Amino acid sequence: MNAVLNELWPYLVLLLVGFLPNEFWRVLGLVLVRGLNEDSEIVIWSRAVATAILAGVIAKLILHSTGALAAIPLPVRVAAAFCGFLGYLLVRRSVFAGVAVGEGVLLAGGLIFAH
Amino acid sequence: MPVPSTFNSSAEAFFAGLKSAVTSVFVLVLTGTYIGIGALTHDFGLPSWWLALSTMLVWAAPAQVILISALGAGAALFEIALAVTLSAIRLFPMVVALLPLLRKKGTRLRDLLLPTHFTSVSMWVESLRILPALSHEWRTPFCNGLSVGYMGTAVTFGFVGYYLAAGLPPLLAGTLLFLTPLSFLISTARNAHMLVDRVALVLGLVLGPVLTTMHVDLDLMWTGVVGGTLAYVAHRLRGAAT
Repeated sequence: MNAVLNELWPYLVLLLVGFLPNEFWRVLGLVLVRGLNEDSEIVIWSRAVATAILAGVIAKLILHSTGALAAIPLPVRVAAAFCGFLGYLLVRRSVFAGVAVGEGVLLAGGLIFAH
Repeated sequence: MPVPSTFNSSAEAFFAGLKSAVTSVFVLVLTGTYIGIGALTHDFGLPSWWLALSTMLVWAAPAQVILISALGAGAALFEIALAVTLSAIRLFPMVVALLPLLRKKGTRLRDLLLPTHFTSVSMWVESLRILPALSHEWRTPFCNGLSVGYMGTAVTFGFVGYYLAAGLPPLLAGTLLFLTPLSFLISTARNAHMLVDRVALVLGLVLGPVLTTMHVDLDLMWTGVVGGTLAYVAHRLRGAAT
C-alpha cells in the first residue's frame, strides 16, 4: 500500500497544487465571459491587464534571472534584449530575426564576460 | 505566414492550425523552454511521464517551473498552490479576451472547454493575430489544431530535455532560458496594434521589476491591475479627445 502511495503521490500533488490552482483562472474566465463580445470595454481592459502581467514577467526573467542565466552578467542580458528588439524593428519586423540577434548578443557577451 | 481564410471542413481548419503552430516562432520558444523544464524535472528526481502529464494538465511554463522547483525544494503544498495560482492569474484575462472571438450566438459551452484549457501565452498571441481573419465556424477547430501543435511540441521536447539533462553546458543552458523572455517580448510587441496594448506592455516592463525590488506582496497582480488600468485610462482619454 505504501509503495503504491509513494508511486502515486507526485501525481496527486500535481493535481492538487499544480492543475487545480492554475486551471481555476481559466474556468473563471469561461464562466464570466458569457455575454461579452470581442470589443467590449471589459475585454480591452482584460487584455491590457494580461499584457502588463506578461510584460512584468518578461522584465523579471531578464533582470532577476535564476539558474544558468544568472551566470551571464545583467548588462549583457539587458543589452541582448535591446539588440533583439532593435533587430526585430530593423529586419522586416521579423520575430525570428529579433530572437536570433538577441541570442547572438547574449552568447557573445556570455563568452566574453561570464563569471 | 499567411493562413487561408476559408476551409472545406473542420478537419481541414484543425490541420491548418496544426501547421500554423509548427511553422511559427513559438515552436522554437517551446522547444527551448521545455528542454530547460525537462532538465529541471530530471534534476529534481520526478518521473518523465509526470512532466508530460503536467504539461498537458497545467499547460503554463511559469506555473510548471514554480511547481517543479518548489516540489524539489520541499516547500509546503499550500505555499506551492498559492505561488502557482498567482502565476496563473494572467490566464483569466486571456480567456476573457479570447473566447469572444470563438463564440457567437448558439455556441455550446462544451465547445469552449478545450480552447479554455488550451489558453496559454503562445496560443493566445497567435490566436488573437490569426483568428479575426477567419470566419466564425472555422475559428474553434483552427484554434484547437494550433494548441495541439504547441502542446505536442512541448511534451516532446520535455522528454528530450529530461534525457539530455546531464549534458548541457551552463552558457548554452543560459541562452535556452533566455529564449522565453526575448521571444515573448518581441512577439507581444508585434501583437500590440492598439495604443492600449503598447502602453500596457511598457508599463508592465517598468512596474514588474520596480514592484519586485520594492518587495511588494502579490507584485505580479499589481503590475497587471495598475499597468493595465493606466493603459486603459490612456485609451479612454484618447478616445474622448478625438
